Amino acid sequence: MTHPPQGPIPLTLAVNGRELALHVAPWTTLLDLLRLHLDLTGTKKGCDHGQCGACTVLVDGTRINACLALAVMQDGKSVTTIEGLSRGDELHPLQAAFIEHDAFQCGYCTPGQICSAVGMLAEGHAEGPDDIREQMSGNICRCGAYPNIVRAIGEVMGAGR
Amino acid sequence: MIPIPRMPGLLEGPTTQVGKPVSRVDGRLKVTGAARYAGEHAIPGLLHGYVVSSAIAKGRVTRIDTGKAMAVPGVVHILTHENRPDLAWLDRKWKDQDAPKGSPLRPLYDANVSHSLQPVALVVAESFEAARLAARLVEVAYEAEPHQTSLLMNRDITFTPGKDKGGFEPPPAPRGDADAALAAAEVSVDLEFTQAAEYHNPIEMHASTVEYHPDGSLTIHDKTQGVLNCQSWVCGVFNLPKSSVRVLSPFVGGAFGSGLRPQHQLFLAVLAALALKRSVRVELSRPQMFSFGHRPETWQRVALGASRDGTLTALVHEAVQESSQAENYVEIVVNWSGQQYRCDNVRLDYRLSRLDVHTPLDQRAPGAATGVPALEVAMDELAWKLGMDPIQLRLKNYAEADPNTGKPFSSKELRACFRQGAERFGWPDHLPPPRSMRDGRELVGWGMAAGVWDAMQNPASAKATLGANGKLSIATASSDIGTGTYTVLAQVAAEVLGLETADVAVEIGDSSLPQAPIQGGSWTVSSVGSAVKAACDQLAKRLHALARDAEGSPLAGVGSVRFADGHVVAQDDPSRRMPIQQVMRAAGLPVLEEKALSVPYALGRLRHTLGTHSAVFVEVRVDAELGTVRVTRVVSAIAAGRIINPKTAGSQILGAVVWGVGMALEEEAMTDHTLGRVMNHDLAEYHVPVSADIPDIDVVFVEEHDEVVNALGAKGVGEIGIVGVPAAISNAIFHATGVRVRDLPITVDKIRAGLAALP
Repeated sequence: MTHPPQGPIPLTLAVNGRELALHVAPWTTLLDLLRLHLDLTGTKKGCDHGQCGACTVLVDGTRINACLALAVMQDGKSVTTIEGLSRGDELHPLQAAFIEHDAFQCGYCTPGQICSAVGMLAEGHAEGPDDIREQMSGNICRCGAYPNIVRAIGEVMGAGR
Repeated sequence: MIPIPRMPGLLEGPTTQVGKPVSRVDGRLKVTGAARYAGEHAIPGLLHGYVVSSAIAKGRVTRIDTGKAMAVPGVVHILTHENRPDLAWLDRKWKDQDAPKGSPLRPLYDANVSHSLQPVALVVAESFEAARLAARLVEVAYEAEPHQTSLLMNRDITFTPGKDKGGFEPPPAPRGDADAALAAAEVSVDLEFTQAAEYHNPIEMHASTVEYHPDGSLTIHDKTQGVLNCQSWVCGVFNLPKSSVRVLSPFVGGAFGSGLRPQHQLFLAVLAALALKRSVRVELSRPQMFSFGHRPETWQRVALGASRDGTLTALVHEAVQESSQAENYVEIVVNWSGQQYRCDNVRLDYRLSRLDVHTPLDQRAPGAATGVPALEVAMDELAWKLGMDPIQLRLKNYAEADPNTGKPFSSKELRACFRQGAERFGWPDHLPPPRSMRDGRELVGWGMAAGVWDAMQNPASAKATLGANGKLSIATASSDIGTGTYTVLAQVAAEVLGLETADVAVEIGDSSLPQAPIQGGSWTVSSVGSAVKAACDQLAKRLHALARDAEGSPLAGVGSVRFADGHVVAQDDPSRRMPIQQVMRAAGLPVLEEKALSVPYALGRLRHTLGTHSAVFVEVRVDAELGTVRVTRVVSAIAAGRIINPKTAGSQILGAVVWGVGMALEEEAMTDHTLGRVMNHDLAEYHVPVSADIPDIDVVFVEEHDEVVNALGAKGVGEIGIVGVPAAISNAIFHATGVRVRDLPITVDKIRAGLAALP
């Protein structure tokens, strides 16, 4: 899939399983590429400084802050955003658990929380609720849904064992 | 007194939809990233605006050089006070529904600078990156004047505000002679409290996307708690007819008060769109989220006198808050102290001090989250001095009626909050002495406090439309800032018409929908929920009439019906029933629509004081050497009338407790008074709680029946959850360590200083 050029530098990127051939400016962040050029606004901008975690996406399966990553440095990589987690109508287990446990209110930090949780579970270092709290502390939820976020992730973590 | 008539249309139990822990109906959109917020609407040819913020706190812009900025490829225009189009000049045109007395800020109006980070220019470019780069290249020269930004340096230069803002009541007149009674009291405490300014910091930064249509009309996607407020404000400032301006905010990424007033990104985006006749988006940066509205810095004094048995004999509560030079931002800080406890000698005093800052703005439980914790810490200190259990001291002085007015409460289950909260927490009959519980290197402490907030209601309208397929649509110009409005409105509608919540679609956040108030003050369920109920009640009446009159109807002649399982059912004979869809088919009606206006129950409200109440219990663990605090347990018992949805209401309380933890331990805007600017203006240095700071939180909703507050008997839960929390944490820290810190937030340095000073 080809997009109109936004800058001089060629870039190939798989976003949610689709191969994209892009031309971007050297200063465009992965976050702005997703939100402004690819219209994937599920990934959120909460600070643009790597301080809030709202922009968390998975690059080759690892969670990163998309606002601190330049798009040109992701050449050849595979990016998964919140839009790529569900299969059609079937939600990812974490998405379903977030709804069931009311693990969000305004919903703005939610895509970042869920992508971060996917990455955290893949890392495999969390054993219980205290680990989840610690390892999810890069994602600020100003609505304060933390106890429910921990419950939702804990449920999925337990089911995966 | 003559008894007042029962409120008409009161919702009777048992209920089937109301009270159910329904998952958010907008949940799927939020967890899949499909919900679009204000800055996320893709529009062909969209321009991006970036704000240039003032580098000084007070003075004048003497020169703006845009040469270098205009040379950046993609830059289209730079708006400043020198080239801005004509704007309204009457103050009243710049007023919005939440504006206090005074002159609202007019961005780019003239060369004057009244506070740090005030917008002085807007760069508009074809790309976000170009606008951001060019904004850094705009050269602004200033003539700075001396400024004052420290409340504590100016706390003697005050004035007493009047009724300067909607919803604000000046303190009641003194009763008795509090100062004499204090001097004569057998036991007394006399304490000073300070509290840092706090910033709302919703995770969605303020953004407005203005879609410019060829006919000059605008569709505005704005981050706001009130689409109608923004619509009328834009129309006033830019002299546009309402028919040309539509404001949308179906999803709002948190606000907590920051979206109550139209903010300057909206103004600048509209200004640019009209000037360039193009669609424009302006999104603030995180540091610029410190350029408007905040919970004001506050100084307080609370003095309590009591007899040895714990009877309060004197209560003095004084507060001084900051406001800006141009507006009198006021909030109710001290009045609660005259309402919470019975006391014959009370003096309450509230003043403002003007500083060179932007106007403060309502933030979650404005006033109560500041004033009530000071009172509740003073009560704790008094309890220790008396050697009394803090719950017993509160029960000893329990106010059965509102001491400020003499009126009864419409309902007040605070006693049950104390009892059930204490039970869940395991509060002991006799609290061990301070600094007596230790676990390894940690000192353990328990603290409790009470809370109070008003149960308010505003007029609101809603439209209910029933389709031939039996599905119901609800429409109102309210918003859902994460509170669960979509979900609870669907539940209320489903309840009235005997439907499933899933059969109700709710449309909100659109200025073209029926009138609703700005979303704040915990009044949305009360106001908009009542309007939805009224509209559905009218639909029910029409369905009843149509069912009775249908040919061969099983309900012919039936005078009283109820609605259940999608049927109209005879009240006395469940076998006589008719599906709603059949009623509409029989009447040949493809849709049935009703609109209703709901207003507060004036007589009931005149005769009562209406409020929500809480009791909060906290356990903290404080590192004996480092002074670091962990909140390890919280029980929050809430009395707020009928709870429409325990799941979403429970989340409101959880979130508010988290806010209370932030206020008690973390949140602090630190101003460099030499520059007159908040130094820690980002989320790395302005600390808010993260997951590791928050334990499991136990929320208890105490049963409370209210027949005055509104037809739903529901009081609203957005604010009450925060009110007691900072005091309960502060009291627990004292119990753990023996150290009192009366300066919020209670950070490590203050605890360590206290630990070092212990005998």
